[in-house]
Amino acid sequence: MSKTGYALEIINVHKVFNRGTINEKVALNGVNLNLNPGDFVTIIGGNGAGKSTTLNAIAGVWPTDEGRIIIDGTDITRLAEHKRAPYLGRVFQDPMTGTAATMDIEENLAIAYRRGQSRTLKWGISKAERELFREKLCVLGLGLEERMTSKVGLLSGGQRQAITLLMASLKQPKLLLLDEHTAALDPKTAAKVLEISDQIISENHLTAMMVTHNMKDAIAHGNRLIMMHEGRVIYDVSGEEKKNLHVKDLLARFEEVSGGEFANDRMLLA
Amino acid sequence: MEYFLSLNPMALLRAWPGSIAQGMIWGIMALGVYITFRLLDFADLTVDGSIATGAAVSVMLIRGGVSPVLTLPIAFAAGMLAGLVTGLLNTALGIPGILASILTQLSLYSVNLVIMGKANQPVSVDNYPLVVSLRYVTDGTTTSKLLFFAALALFLLVLVGILYWYFGTESGHAIRATGCNPNMARAQGINTDFTKVLALMISNGMVGLCGAFYAQFQGASDVNMGRGAIVIGLAAVIIGEVLFGKFAAKRKLAFAFMQLAVVLGAVIYYMVYQFVLWLKMPSDYMKLFSAVVVALFLAIPYLKEKHMQKKGVART
Repeated sequence: MSKTGYALEIINVHKVFNRGTINEKVALNGVNLNLNPGDFVTIIGGNGAGKSTTLNAIAGVWPTDEGRIIIDGTDITRLAEHKRAPYLGRVFQDPMTGTAATMDIEENLAIAYRRGQSRTLKWGISKAERELFREKLCVLGLGLEERMTSKVGLLSGGQRQAITLLMASLKQPKLLLLDEHTAALDPKTAAKVLEISDQIISENHLTAMMVTHNMKDAIAHGNRLIMMHEGRVIYDVSGEEKKNLHVKDLLARFEEVSGGEFANDRMLLA
Repeated sequence: MEYFLSLNPMALLRAWPGSIAQGMIWGIMALGVYITFRLLDFADLTVDGSIATGAAVSVMLIRGGVSPVLTLPIAFAAGMLAGLVTGLLNTALGIPGILASILTQLSLYSVNLVIMGKANQPVSVDNYPLVVSLRYVTDGTTTSKLLFFAALALFLLVLVGILYWYFGTESGHAIRATGCNPNMARAQGINTDFTKVLALMISNGMVGLCGAFYAQFQGASDVNMGRGAIVIGLAAVIIGEVLFGKFAAKRKLAFAFMQLAVVLGAVIYYMVYQFVLWLKMPSDYMKLFSAVVVALFLAIPYLKEKHMQKKGVART
């Protein structure tokens, strides 16, 4: 545990894309955020508010311009993406992104089970692991334990997201990043995947961040909610106060800072 | 009519064993191309150079008195070096994959000339105990010929076995994940730059090995012998996939069967090649023929899908 005791510290992080060009875009404009161990934070905000960008900054998809990112006391600001992986479990918006389609379910899981380890010439999956994977797949309740040698590419988007969630948590991460991971799914599947997410987070006592466009989901899940706007955190609420939130409160809050542009946003439709 | 009467079926039958042996040798190369083209999703043109490098290294060493068998692993290593260069150009220097491989290929032309001292270096089966030679197919008893094919087939089986094992290990999984979905690979802590370089090295190692075999088989190393090699490798991969892909995918050891299919693809390619020559296609046209074959086989799956989509739209 770090001196500060935070699971995640984001200190004044800035990121500008296409700097100096006509497409210059200030994506993160001084993000500050501390997460306590076990926090499950939902993140909302309009398009381009910096929600997914914040998650990508933590994951190290590209280097940030300024600021520091500290996970459990370790400064990871300058680490390459694959070197941060041991700390992070990640699930993406596109179900295709989290898994290797041409590889078996069990092979995908085995790769995730070795997150943070060097890849040696040992056989890729052991018998004991297969049993472990089977149990874990059973818990999902999707019948995937019977299809462990099927190619992941044959699965539906919801099944793939469920597997990605499992992959993200097989090796206990310090932080789970869920980047609109239900946005591409139909409502029923989305609900199921959210249920699995809750289950995995609470069973493993994970610290988690979930970006969503659905304000109801943002209120219903997690113990803390933040709203982002123009690359900053503009609202941060937790505990009882969060539980008592309503969608109309969030709308009001948003209109306050953005002057009504909210009505055009797809958030409303979600 | 006169044309058909002039075709001698026996001539084709006499020529085919040589084609089969040649196809088996190029199958080694096709296995290498499969690794980059299919597993890594990287169109690696290094192979046009690295096959000649393997050949040059093997022939010059044999001429220098090294045992022909011993030159095989050295040719493999030389090919790996070529793959390393392409890999580093791509990952460390950020040069796009195809361009990186073209740069390596071009530079290898000079390197190969330096290794050989001139454009062509013979290595005669009369003077050296070569591992493979066209002579072993054309001369000798039926038993000796069969033994030669059996040995070659066994060697290929061992190669396929090693590849099957390797791509089942943690390291092999990492390469496959990198090729299939680099984002996922990085999210799982895989250093995709490293795995890319590694795969390019293994692939070009195979290609170098093929070069060593092929130079001994034809009794010479030539600086131009790699021209269009990638196209032949791709042809083998694609023919193998189209003809045996479905069959292989259903097997328990699907990956090993796929590799065998690729080797068979190379054999079929050379049998068809010989057949076309037998039909009196001028040999000048053969590279055009190869390119057309590959273009056709690459286009078929695409056109099929497009056709299906059109039909799908029409129905709804």
